[in-house]
Amino acid sequence: MISRNYLSTALIPGLPFLGFVILGLFGRKYIKRFSGGTAAILVFLSTAMALLTAWDYFSGVGPTDTNSHPIDVGDITWLPLGSNLSVHMNFLLDSLSLMMIVVVTVISLMVHLFSIGYMKGEARNPAYYAFLGLFTFSMLGLVMSSDLLQMYIFWELVGCSSYLLIGFYYDRPTAVAAAKKAFIVTRFADLGLLIGILILCYQARTGEYHKPTLDIRELVYVLTHTTPSGLFLGFPLISWGLLLVFMGGAGKSALFPLHIWLPDAMEGPTPVSALIHAATMVVAGVFLVARLYPLYAEATDVSRIIEYAGAISALLAAIIACTQTDIKRVLAYSTMSQIGYMMFALGTAPDTNWQGYTAALFHLFTHAFFKALLFLCAGVIIHFVHSNEMKDMGGMRKMLPLAHVCFLVACLAIAGIPPFAGFFSKEEILLAAWNSSKLIYAIALFTSGLTAFYMFRLYFSIFWNKPATGHRHKLPFVMSRPLIILALGTVFVGFIPFSRLMVYAQYPDADPHESIGLNAIPPVLIALLGIAIAARLYYKENDRPAKWAQSIRGVYTLAYRKFYIDELYLFVTKKIIFNLMGRPAAWIDRHIVDGFMNGLAIATARISATIKGIQSGKVQDYAWFFFIGIAGLAVLFIYIVT
Amino acid sequence: MIPLNYILFLSTALFFIGMYGLFTRRNMITMLMSVELILNSVNINFIAFNKYLYPEKLEGLFFSLFIIAIAAAEAAVAIAIIINLYRNIRSIDVEAADDMKF
Amino acid sequence: MIGSELVFYILSAFILVTGGLAVTTRKIFRSAIWLLFCLTGIAGLYFWLGMLFIAAVQIVVYVGGIVVLIIFSIFLTQQSGKDLPPPVRSRAILSVLAVCIGFVLTCIILNQYSHFHSQAPYSGKREFDMSISAIGSQMLSTTEHGYALPFEVISILLLAALIACIVLAIRSKPEEK
Repeated sequence: MISRNYLSTALIPGLPFLGFVILGLFGRKYIKRFSGGTAAILVFLSTAMALLTAWDYFSGVGPTDTNSHPIDVGDITWLPLGSNLSVHMNFLLDSLSLMMIVVVTVISLMVHLFSIGYMKGEARNPAYYAFLGLFTFSMLGLVMSSDLLQMYIFWELVGCSSYLLIGFYYDRPTAVAAAKKAFIVTRFADLGLLIGILILCYQARTGEYHKPTLDIRELVYVLTHTTPSGLFLGFPLISWGLLLVFMGGAGKSALFPLHIWLPDAMEGPTPVSALIHAATMVVAGVFLVARLYPLYAEATDVSRIIEYAGAISALLAAIIACTQTDIKRVLAYSTMSQIGYMMFALGTAPDTNWQGYTAALFHLFTHAFFKALLFLCAGVIIHFVHSNEMKDMGGMRKMLPLAHVCFLVACLAIAGIPPFAGFFSKEEILLAAWNSSKLIYAIALFTSGLTAFYMFRLYFSIFWNKPATGHRHKLPFVMSRPLIILALGTVFVGFIPFSRLMVYAQYPDADPHESIGLNAIPPVLIALLGIAIAARLYYKENDRPAKWAQSIRGVYTLAYRKFYIDELYLFVTKKIIFNLMGRPAAWIDRHIVDGFMNGLAIATARISATIKGIQSGKVQDYAWFFFIGIAGLAVLFIYIVT
Repeated sequence: MIPLNYILFLSTALFFIGMYGLFTRRNMITMLMSVELILNSVNINFIAFNKYLYPEKLEGLFFSLFIIAIAAAEAAVAIAIIINLYRNIRSIDVEAADDMKF
Repeated sequence: MIGSELVFYILSAFILVTGGLAVTTRKIFRSAIWLLFCLTGIAGLYFWLGMLFIAAVQIVVYVGGIVVLIIFSIFLTQQSGKDLPPPVRSRAILSVLAVCIGFVLTCIILNQYSHFHSQAPYSGKREFDMSISAIGSQMLSTTEHGYALPFEVISILLLAALIACIVLAIRSKPEEK
């Protein structure tokens, strides 16, 4: 094992940030066409360092080997708030953060490489790569934070950079609206996150510890070892804190009902969707809940809510995805569905002994690979067809053979067919669900069938539906290599002994591993059923889909219109918030605040107009004032002062 | 014997008569005349003090002398200004010269 | 009542009356003449006090110079026979009020210095020399109590006033009209 000064791990987020600064300041004038290369080189160095650090850390791990304990890097007290509490800026390297670092850097590197080919010739490339660098930096900072407030700072930075990236084509009004929507919805959720953080920090004060703290490990330790008191509306205060923190995570992770921004966020460039909305930002919520996992394991009521929220999201998204015709929308809803899986796996915390934890994180890891792969393939397809709609595609397997194979691999993975990565992670999730609640298991099973159906509907519609046409397009090197690497990842990543690496290092008395065995069969069968139905409907061009849609017209319309949730939000915002809160606030601002200021000005002007008569220009008036002044002063000094 | 008081009373009265003229008169030349009255009252004051309190010295006399000289110069310059102003606004009414106002 | 006191009372009455007329009369030429009388009365007062030199200077400079100058300016600027406009009524009343108040105030202050009451003009105890030669030599002496410097400054002032009057009153060149 190479022992190294871990301070150099500060370079892992530092290099993308450097890329952001350099490209932001000098990109447009000096670097121009090499901005992609510059950014890619910096991210490559960062990835190499991340992989080395992860290898270093994990290679000392065994079931009883406690060699790899969490490492604290740096110790900067950023904000001492009084004698009791201070906010630190440290990096925490433990198994969770290292896993996330690997995911973020690898996917970011793939996206950078792909973008060099995809965004070729785009005029604002330096800005694009600068924003990508900023995003990578923020995400890495988020997962490496050791302090809740520090994580919040990076959380907001992630939101900001995702706004910049979604609204990259700012001359399109839909893109601008989508960026605003994403930012506002996640910002609204972040309010819950902040309040939750404050509640948790405050809760650490009770009990024997007597000290509020924001450090994550300290907080988790304190809150699991003391019994915090305090009730609010009948529920323990700590449950409220955890619930609000989950709300923040739910916003970023696009869980029902805060999911409305994710489909619209597909207005951004496709590599951005691959990075942000497949692999990294949307799993920030999962990461957050996983960080505080021991706390959620003790709060049964909140975990129930998380479970059901995740399950509903998964099911809802799957149903909607079955009817959408835009490739990226389908993939967006599929992301939402998979995140729902991860969330309800985490929600099984009270019932399973760390099983949900490893299952969710394993699925996060594999999902990053195959979802990024799906998005990048979609990017390739969109690039060649110049349209997002499925009806414009069909029979493309001869035109884009590499994309075809990679897409197929990814679809098989997401459907959960062995031996691809998705099979293993999905099995672990379903196992955790089985141990927790049979209802959840049923929902999860049904959703996995739907997943297989809509993914293969997509696959068949793109590559099979029509006769194979066109000649073979050769993809540029920078675009094909990421696809290959991600496809290899999708195939082989499932074999990593995840639970051993993730859990045993830190919590030696946890026991998440249960053999999968026969429990694996129902999901695989359902998946195969879904694939078969999709093939029957979409393999060759026919009218069976239309007839099916007609027969369940009501449900179909409901699903196609995304269950009218967007309209509901719009209604609430326009009729209730604007009218009840916006208009009075604007009225007060215009008439009372502005009126006060204007009134001050008008009063000053009036007083001035009245007084200005003193300067009349007439000599005798001035003589008058002289005399009055002198007489007054004389009286004052002679009679009053002496 | 006339006490000093009486002479001071006289000069005070003359001073305030001059001041009344300064406030009330609308003609610039008559205002100048009132200013001359004021200066003269001060002169009376100096001479009286010199005579009654310090009869062996001549300071009061010299002061009055110089005041007279300065008053003469000042009156001359004031007349020049008034004539100049008269050429511009064709009037020596002091109310007419109110351009330097708000 | 001895003669000098009577003379004083007559002189002061003359001064005050003519002064009051000078500031209140409506005709401007008459105002200038009343001023002339007032200044002559003051010169008379100086004579009564025994300060002959100052009285002479007063007559020569003030009466013979300044009043004549004022009369010239009256002729230059308007018809001397025309009536002056009456004063603004509110301002007249306020001025009377202010002047009376000021006068009363000053008299009160004066009365506090009661040892003036018994002062009398010089009755021969101390030596003083009011001859012209003494005045002249003190004015031009440079030792202590000498007034050579103010004398020079006054002459420069008079020169400056002379130049200023010429510059101010000069008419602009004919071709600019």
